[in-house]
Amino acid sequence: MVTKIMSWFDERLPITATIERHLTKYPAPINMNIWYLAGFLLIIVLVIQLVSGIWLLMSYEPTAEGAFASIQYIMRDVEYGWMIRYMHTTGASAFFALIYLHMFRGMMYGSYQKPRELLWVIGWLTYLLLCMLGFTGYVLPWGQMSFWAAQVIMSLFGSIPFIGEELLTWIRGDYLISGITLNRLFALHVVLLPLALIAVIFVHILALHEVGSNNPDGVDVKKFKDEDGVPLDTKPFFPYDIVHDLYAVGVFLIFFCFIMFFYPDGGGYVIEYVNYEAADNLKTPEHIVPSWYYTPYYAMLRAITFPLFGLSAKFLGFVVMAAGIAIFVALPWLDRSPVKSIRYKGVYSKFFLTLFVISFFVLGYLGSVASTPVRTILAQFFTCTYFAYFLLMPIYSKYEKCNPVPERVTLS
Amino acid sequence: MKFLTLLLLFFSANFFAASSAPCGNYIGDDLDHIGVCDDAEVDPTDKASLQRGAQMYMNYCLGCHSLKYSRYKRVAEDLEIPLELFKENLIFGDQKLGDLINIGMDPKEAKAWFGNTPPDLTLEAGLRGPDWIYTYLKSFYVDESRPLGVNNMVYENVGMPNVLFNMQGEQRSVCRKVPSKAANGGLKQDPLTGEILSIEKCGFLEVVAGTGEVTEEEFDANIRDLTNFMAYITDPAKVERETVGFYVILYLILFTILAYLLYREFKKDLH
Repeated sequence: MVTKIMSWFDERLPITATIERHLTKYPAPINMNIWYLAGFLLIIVLVIQLVSGIWLLMSYEPTAEGAFASIQYIMRDVEYGWMIRYMHTTGASAFFALIYLHMFRGMMYGSYQKPRELLWVIGWLTYLLLCMLGFTGYVLPWGQMSFWAAQVIMSLFGSIPFIGEELLTWIRGDYLISGITLNRLFALHVVLLPLALIAVIFVHILALHEVGSNNPDGVDVKKFKDEDGVPLDTKPFFPYDIVHDLYAVGVFLIFFCFIMFFYPDGGGYVIEYVNYEAADNLKTPEHIVPSWYYTPYYAMLRAITFPLFGLSAKFLGFVVMAAGIAIFVALPWLDRSPVKSIRYKGVYSKFFLTLFVISFFVLGYLGSVASTPVRTILAQFFTCTYFAYFLLMPIYSKYEKCNPVPERVTLS
Repeated sequence: MKFLTLLLLFFSANFFAASSAPCGNYIGDDLDHIGVCDDAEVDPTDKASLQRGAQMYMNYCLGCHSLKYSRYKRVAEDLEIPLELFKENLIFGDQKLGDLINIGMDPKEAKAWFGNTPPDLTLEAGLRGPDWIYTYLKSFYVDESRPLGVNNMVYENVGMPNVLFNMQGEQRSVCRKVPSKAANGGLKQDPLTGEILSIEKCGFLEVVAGTGEVTEEEFDANIRDLTNFMAYITDPAKVERETVGFYVILYLILFTILAYLLYREFKKDLH
């Protein structure tokens, strides 16, 4: 009976074929490690964000007059509204924490190298969309930090030579940040950006399942196949990876819920304290700091303190910041190494990747505190080392001595 | 592992950076560090303290400071105050139990009177932290140069009058002789007599004896109750949230154990 129903469907819609291709017969390398969990957890967080977002939308009021009060209405008068909101705020931070780990995994094991260049580019696109979602979502509660963060970020467009001022007015829809700005950011945050994100993630997974997963050794598992044509060093994604991921989801959710239920402010990092005050365009907060996940790029923005070639320091800072986010996309073409994984790359690759991680964290720290002359110099230095990882890569990855790569995957 | 250590280091450095001196010029128990707030020791489960705090708020603060995101009824229910009793004693004017806690004062006139419109305080404990509020409330002192005759150690030149003046009594900023400290942290001594040297330090707060309605300890306890109430009103779901959170995490631990056992079973297939 069940077979009959299934074949009725299969003749009209490739249900079984899809399940086999993407789950029960998708070959996942057997040596995948803990770093490979971030991708699956990102999907979980995406679902958390979509569901909690829809419920928040039921009570949120997207107007300059009512937004802040409607958040408090959700927190106080809506049944379990506090849970829905904290789920969404914690989810935003989790999203970024996981995507950074996911990106780092790709950089470590060379998951962007041929034939996964397009997969990497599409992944970078999800990161870009996430940044936009984070920013537009952050403005919606219309607290002091929402307002002033919007002010700072949007004013960057005003620094573009010649067209800046007009472009800025066009983006804001007003001569200053106002209810009109809030409304358009709201539209982007709840309709356009999530739609785009879902579509891009879908394509990301399609591309992944076309080229197959990379692994910590960076070797091609498709080289050695059994008599059925299944790669030897792989296991079916379902059930083997799913049960592993399920266990990881449990551990992840324990951490997630611990923050969500016991430290929803995250010490001022998940929800900034200044945002407990409603937006006031006449009162600038003492320190305007972005959410923790943007702080490395904020530090880069502030690191450029000098005008050059007739361009303002602010514009140059904006360019450097944008370049810091955009440069990831060039990785597949910057890496000239014959090997994929950091395990077999030479000492220079290891050195520069470590330097990149240190730079990222130091810049993250510097972006979250008030700037002083010493901190500015530090930010300038680490901005250089951040870019050095990328820009020197064509040289050091080509000429360094790599270790021999095994034919098949290794299991530790 | 190296990565995790780095991560930990990063966050510890970050949290460290956040702990500057938030309480202005206030001198607490630790003479070396000016501006460290006293600990308000808030306890959202102490219903008696919250009830006293609510009573103080409605009587002393609500004239100027609304709690416009919160409703009377919610406060009464959370604090376990019988609705009738609450309505009779803690709601002034013709407001209803289901109403938001608004005030009748005109913001424009208030600005003319105090220089600034008194802010709504529903979320103040989230913005400043309960310790700040507690320390702020006990740090008013007589300062004739100010329009209202008082100043505040935590929030210099604040526009707010000391509404608890009668309760606390006349508090003044005084100077005291304190032992002088050497660079190494020890006390400076006279090299000949061995006597400990002292220097004069100003900014200590002292209540003129007998001027207040209550003793200093009672006053501190009162504002602790008030602070406790303000911390509650910022985050009214805290107790419920942590209770629910406890069970959620307990469930997740069970789930994770089962998921792990399942994973272990399937792992056997692979070897």
